Amino acid sequence: MYVRHLTVSDFRSWRSADVALEPGPSVLVGANGQGKTNLVEALGYLATLSSHRVPTDAPLVRSGTERAVIGAAIVAAGRELRVEVEITPGRANRAKLNGSPVPRARDVLGALRLVLFAPEDLAIVRGDPSERRRFLDDLVVARSPRMAGVRADYDRVLKQRSALLKSAGAARRSGGNSDLRTLDVWDGHLAAHGAQLLSARLAALAALRPHAAAAYAQVAPASVELTLQYNTSLTAALPELPEAPVPDPTLLEAVLLSELARVRSAELERGVNLVGPHRDDLDLGLGQLAVRGYASHGESWSTALALRLGSYELLRSDYPDGAEPILILDDVFAELDVNRREQLALVASKAEQSVITAAVASDVPDQLQGARFDVHDGEVRRVR
Amino acid sequence: MMYEGAVQDLIDELGRLPGVGPKSAQRIAFYLLASEQVDVERLASTLIRVKNDVKFCSICGNVSESEQCRICTDTRRDPTIICVVEEPKDVLAVERTREFRGRYHVLGGAISPIDGVGPDDLRIRELLVRLRDGVVTELILATDPNLEGEATATYLARMINPMGLTVTRLASGLPVGGDLEYADEVTLGRAFSGRRRVD
Repeated sequence: MYVRHLTVSDFRSWRSADVALEPGPSVLVGANGQGKTNLVEALGYLATLSSHRVPTDAPLVRSGTERAVIGAAIVAAGRELRVEVEITPGRANRAKLNGSPVPRARDVLGALRLVLFAPEDLAIVRGDPSERRRFLDDLVVARSPRMAGVRADYDRVLKQRSALLKSAGAARRSGGNSDLRTLDVWDGHLAAHGAQLLSARLAALAALRPHAAAAYAQVAPASVELTLQYNTSLTAALPELPEAPVPDPTLLEAVLLSELARVRSAELERGVNLVGPHRDDLDLGLGQLAVRGYASHGESWSTALALRLGSYELLRSDYPDGAEPILILDDVFAELDVNRREQLALVASKAEQSVITAAVASDVPDQLQGARFDVHDGEVRRVR
Repeated sequence: MMYEGAVQDLIDELGRLPGVGPKSAQRIAFYLLASEQVDVERLASTLIRVKNDVKFCSICGNVSESEQCRICTDTRRDPTIICVVEEPKDVLAVERTREFRGRYHVLGGAISPIDGVGPDDLRIRELLVRLRDGVVTELILATDPNLEGEATATYLARMINPMGLTVTRLASGLPVGGDLEYADEVTLGRAFSGRRRVD
């Protein structure tokens, strides 16, 4: 698929912007602070309904205005689809497909599919486990948009249950047990939603592994192998979590329930949800060593790049029917050495559409000399 | 920019109502300001009256003008079936279908620990009292099909099933008159798991 047209209004620094794009590589060039990244962030937001840079929506709306609007015309398998999302911080987003409002904004997920690689991705390798869970869950939703609902429900169950654990724990310490009666019900919800999420993560990881390893070998040919291992909070019950075949959600649900029963006392004491996919991690390794803590800066970069390129190849193979995802590279060429630049350029040049931002045009390898846009002073001008 | 005195107070009060944003509040406030004195007085007295006169039925918890509501005192209604709902407005929704001839029980909400609502804050004890004499044989759980409504239904089902009553949950699935292709995956998935035999 490719984006034929992108419009934004009151999004970040842009009062309005209107960019016509084509299949193949498009390079946005502009000095720092001119708003190149804001444009690709808008594309990322349309695809995932979240920003790759900030966790909340407030910074996305141009200061002094109430709402931002992003719209795009997307061509997939010869058919054009128009998607529009209106962002109002503090309220639910509103969205339109082909001009008609949809009941919930998340109904537009899946209309635009892309993989975005940005400097922020170094956090997947070096940051907290939550960054890696987010990476996996974003991949899960990109593969199956329905999972956005499961993910949101699971988060809500966690909030409800931790509120209950806190009040029930306090009640238990003072001799009562009234709140405990509903805890079983929330255990059931946590296990049911958690099992679906966990099962989908394991399936996504099993599918990603060969693509990520191949991508790593491509960007760092002289290096050892990149390994990905799911690290679960269910180790007491499932020391070896099988990935192939991916465990059935009903089995995982039963395991989660028995684990919840086992840790209940500790949960009440601490007032925290101790078991479930929200406690899990993705262990990244190079040969025998963990990437986090042991890898050099270059190796960390290569790992982040390999995870994104692997995701790109995976999503491409998931949908072979002309709906291949768009590849977005935000300001990353300046960070890479010549060899990695060339490998990345090779992948990007083969993509149906790639959108690349750079501060200096010379950072972008020659293979990617497609359309060129200058981004300057609140204007996007095509120069080639 | 703020208006002066009473006008701004009115806008602030209206803005606290559900579904009314600052712009709508302002529009309503100026509409009221331009209205006839009698109309505004009628609205004001209705507001006071609703708070003073409206009671909650001592049996089902629905809004009522007297001690017991019209549905609970209607002898033509089937006393063996109770439909459990979250709010009085849900009673009205079920009544509009004209499909249900039993009686209701209004819980006054759903279990939601975030909001500090547990089983003791809902009218569950009153429900158990109603079930005690053995007249009721079926309980229909019609709480909302969201997380909190499902949690409440599961909690009630687990508590009441051992008492030997038939406990049912409203089906969730496809909207009538809709197109299969426009149904979201969750709804369609539920419709599949709740499918039934066609005779």
